[in-house]
Amino acid sequence: MSGNGLRRTATLLRQLRSNNATAIRGAPAFQMTSVQSVGEMGRSAANESAPYGSRFVSLQIVQQRMKSVGNIQKITAAMKMVAASRLKGAQVKMEKSRGLVMPLIRLLGDLPGVEAEKTMLVPISSDKGLCGGINTTVVKYSKAVLKLNEGKERNVSSMSIVGEKARAQLVKAYAESVKNVIVDLTKVPLTFATASLVTDSIMAEGAEKHQVIYNRFQSVISFRPTVATVCSSETYEKAAENGLNKFDEYELEGPERSEFLLDLSEFKMGAVVYNALCENSTSELGSRMQSMENSTKNAKDMLGRLTLLYNRTRQASITTELIEIISGASALEAKK
Amino acid sequence: MAQIVPLVGAAASTTGASRAFGTSGLRASDAQKESIASFMKDFASVKPSTMDNPSTPSDFMRTLKEMPTSIPDKLTLNFYMPHEVEFAGVEVEQVQIPATTGDFGVLPGHVPTVAQMRPGVVAVTKSSSEVHKYFVSSGFAFIHADSTTDIMAVEAVPVDQLNAEVVKKVRERSPPHSSTHTPGKETESTTCRRRRG
Repeated sequence: MSGNGLRRTATLLRQLRSNNATAIRGAPAFQMTSVQSVGEMGRSAANESAPYGSRFVSLQIVQQRMKSVGNIQKITAAMKMVAASRLKGAQVKMEKSRGLVMPLIRLLGDLPGVEAEKTMLVPISSDKGLCGGINTTVVKYSKAVLKLNEGKERNVSSMSIVGEKARAQLVKAYAESVKNVIVDLTKVPLTFATASLVTDSIMAEGAEKHQVIYNRFQSVISFRPTVATVCSSETYEKAAENGLNKFDEYELEGPERSEFLLDLSEFKMGAVVYNALCENSTSELGSRMQSMENSTKNAKDMLGRLTLLYNRTRQASITTELIEIISGASALEAKK
Repeated sequence: MAQIVPLVGAAASTTGASRAFGTSGLRASDAQKESIASFMKDFASVKPSTMDNPSTPSDFMRTLKEMPTSIPDKLTLNFYMPHEVEFAGVEVEQVQIPATTGDFGVLPGHVPTVAQMRPGVVAVTKSSSEVHKYFVSSGFAFIHADSTTDIMAVEAVPVDQLNAEVVKKVRERSPPHSSTHTPGKETESTTCRRRRG
């Protein structure tokens, strides 16, 4: 900033006029400046307070800072490109997985409020970070549902956590209720077979009501936390008897009623888990794209501010150099 | 116990029945709304004030049309697989389904049925000239009172993509599964392979 440079120049001129011949020779020893807060526009505190001879250190610091911010910008831009390229494929897969769940909900009902003694929560999250707030959202909703179940008598809640991020946040507070942890699902291709294996390990715990909590993909910038409820076959039998779903109105072509409901509840759980995994992975990619874009924009802004600061600092130091030389030369001439 | 349902839909019994299904259908969806409402109420009482209530999957489903008073002309077919949507809301004339208790055909006005499918061929007759056949590994089929048919298969291949000789060789190597498999547990179907014919 020229104002700062002028101030420094004026101070230096006063110094030179007062100390005549000793001004240049009597420079104090070179001293390191403290790391300045780079975000401040033009008010290089180190330059003002640093003794004579130390002005070039702050330039180095600014340069270093600029290099690291430039690297961050490149990395976040690359991560955004990767997420964007994967998003289309994941979105297509997710839209196709939505079909299978609908007829099962129509037949067996979407009954989150059904009474059950053993509830299993299945929060679905990602394994990798840097994807915005979606994992924290799922954890917050899981904690709220756990609290809801605590409030009801004769209700024991357990959890099967899918994904490393939710595990890290939940396992400390709720260690006794965690029955299953399923991580590194991104390392295998996501198919119905994988989802069936996950479903098997969840349903093996024998809970009466399962509530799968995931982020449903609405658009690239919007994700809706959703709770999908799948009950055990006995709970569906009771629900059918109480008229909560329409199962009893249908003719059965297959095994007898309780075995049929067992098959249906397991199939529904597999379909819901597969859909939830697809939705969550698409949401993860969309959220990562968004947050990496924000990071790139912030890094670009910061780089711009640092460049301005660097240029001002450089120009100020050049100005002061010139003043010193000229003053020194004119002092020598005056002496003659 | 194989139950051979005639290909003609049981018209007389279902017209009266579909009206009854219509009203209890409304009752069931009311019960569903009540269940969701009570869950949301409990949720709202424990959540922090800045949080919204979560959604449930039924929020994103299209609301069902009113139950028709007479039998519709065509079936509305939904054919879903986990990785593919083959038909969604397509009007067809007839569907043949291979259930574990025997094959049966579905025409508009069919009695509401829930069927477990065995490995077999699903034949979709869109019109008298257009018949699509799919080999399905297993799954379920629902026929609702408003003549909407939902077929959910774990894996389905159009029959013309199957090569008969390759299938014969595979069958000789490994005999077919029993048909009382639970589809949710099935991880691979050895009787069905995608092959370009």
